[in-house]
Amino acid sequence: MYVAVKGGERAIENAHAWLAEERRGDTAIAELGTAQIREQLSLAVNRVMAEGSLYDPDLAALAIKQARGDLIEAIFLIRAYRTTLPRFGASLPVETGAMACDRRISATFKDLPGGQILGPTFDYTHRLLDFKLAADGEVPEAPSREAATGPVPHVTGFLNREGLIEEAPLDNTPPPDLTREPLEMPANRALRLQALTRADEGFTLGLAYSTQRGYGRNHAFVGELRIGSVPVEMEIPELGFAIEIGEVTLTECETVNQFTGSKTEPPQFTRGYGLVFGQTERKAISMALVDRALRWEELGEDNVGAPAQDAEFVLYHADNIQATGFLEHIKLPHYVDFQSELELVRKLRREATAEQMREAAE
Amino acid sequence: MTDQAYNFAYLDEQTKRMIRRAILKGLAIPGYQVPFASREMPMPYGWGTGGVQVSAAVLTPDDRFKVIDQGADDTTNAVSIRSFFQRTAGVATTTATREATVIQTRHRIPEEPLTEGQILVYQVPIPEPLRFLEPRESETRKMHSLEEYGLMHVKLYEDISRHGHIATSYAYPVKVEGRYVMDPSPIPKFDNPKLGDMAAIQLFGAGREQRIYALPPYTRVISLDFEDHPFEPSKADHPCGMCAATDSYLDELIVDDAGGRMFVCSDTDYCEARQAAGHIGKDNGGKGAA
Repeated sequence: MYVAVKGGERAIENAHAWLAEERRGDTAIAELGTAQIREQLSLAVNRVMAEGSLYDPDLAALAIKQARGDLIEAIFLIRAYRTTLPRFGASLPVETGAMACDRRISATFKDLPGGQILGPTFDYTHRLLDFKLAADGEVPEAPSREAATGPVPHVTGFLNREGLIEEAPLDNTPPPDLTREPLEMPANRALRLQALTRADEGFTLGLAYSTQRGYGRNHAFVGELRIGSVPVEMEIPELGFAIEIGEVTLTECETVNQFTGSKTEPPQFTRGYGLVFGQTERKAISMALVDRALRWEELGEDNVGAPAQDAEFVLYHADNIQATGFLEHIKLPHYVDFQSELELVRKLRREATAEQMREAAE
Repeated sequence: MTDQAYNFAYLDEQTKRMIRRAILKGLAIPGYQVPFASREMPMPYGWGTGGVQVSAAVLTPDDRFKVIDQGADDTTNAVSIRSFFQRTAGVATTTATREATVIQTRHRIPEEPLTEGQILVYQVPIPEPLRFLEPRESETRKMHSLEEYGLMHVKLYEDISRHGHIATSYAYPVKVEGRYVMDPSPIPKFDNPKLGDMAAIQLFGAGREQRIYALPPYTRVISLDFEDHPFEPSKADHPCGMCAATDSYLDELIVDDAGGRMFVCSDTDYCEARQAAGHIGKDNGGKGAA
């Protein structure tokens, strides 16, 4: 006999207890500390900070531990925490030209003021499993030297002197805030960039790749990619001047894109821009390509119907927390809707069968 | 019991004020989708974050809160949302429709008619009734402002010409006060007639899609149809196996390996109250029992 299912509450509690046990894994193995995650899984920490829109390596490490290494789940934990934090104000724009660069490369100039700095990159490693790491992860200290002093100017500045690249005039309009206002179309570039910097890395990468393969093609040169720390300053009204409140590591990518000109613009290079928390190179480059593709309208280019040109498509689907929530909600019960569909399909089938039989009889 | 680390009902007062403004605007323009700055909630988008934010904005410490999913108080997500507000607001909860002052629901309207002073909060996945006809938000907003609903009528007409019936059985579109076409959330069309002229306030929250809309009490709500194909609510043509009700929406259960079925009220409170009042269905030892 059917008995109405009670005890949902206990089932949930037990599931959570089991989850906690699975998260810990074999207790004979030493527990992972959040400091270990922060120091040794730092690229995962960076991704969680970037897509979680919260610069806090310790919290990101905790979220990764709690989420059993599921980065989207970790990003979700950070977002849900972030939204409860009070806002004291906004910082001044960070000055990436004054970045203390760990890495700075240009694909457009062989040498340039400030030099090329490879930094800690996977780029030229051979992707061979290093079995030594399985036994012993200790490494000799890397060679070091004093950081070069002197400015590291943006590459696009050089092109600009000749008028070869579109102007990017200073605009001090306060940007809209995606986390405090509903996203509405059309979205200006500041808002698009804001959505892209916290967008899912995989989605952004796929879109950027699609532009390279011809869906809204806009050949991009990496004019410059730089990673390093910048001071964050905030104006304190009571003091009447700005003070430094901390430092963040950022990845900035500026692409230089071909542009043959349009009805309104002469032939010149155009810009794509990516700026992301932490060392997040793949994401920053992807962001710059997608940013450039989304700019077709303001540059007077044709809309070729490519997904990466469609701001509404890109911005409404780039957020992995929205996407995963809605995707996974189909696990929830849908008995009621399914029942109404059952009734409908049965009715339509009954009528179709009756119709066939009538035709056969005639 | 209340978690002191968080504000009453989790959201901060500024956010609640922003949501209340959206609710008031929604009540002033019945059926109109008001954009609001939906917050990340500690449960996933698509799992009732819109409803939760609306409930958080309307709950007061004196309220008595009920949560149903598929009509039932004991489905896992209903349990989870109820315990969220127990924890963050410390409000009293109930499973009795009559006793609740705020009811959050997913996919159903309770069978027992609601009364003045009650608030029914719907969780809404896709607030835009035109979405599956036109995926672009910029277009659908234009269509609403121009009252351009021809596309919807064409869709319903095509259903009739192809199947002989309108092939929409849930989330059946309605027209509100002769103006806005509205998605009633994925309730079965059986529930549509309860939307109109309801004594309670009805609030609809879509968190991921950042929209709130509302029906004030006693609003005129018409399910879209044609003169020669009038709207008909439908349900399984059986009495409830547990309480013998013939007027309630039924879930179908598979009860044995041979595919044997039984039908039972989806509204658990309604069914239990009827059983307590002595109504016994055939699968519950009543008349006609096997």
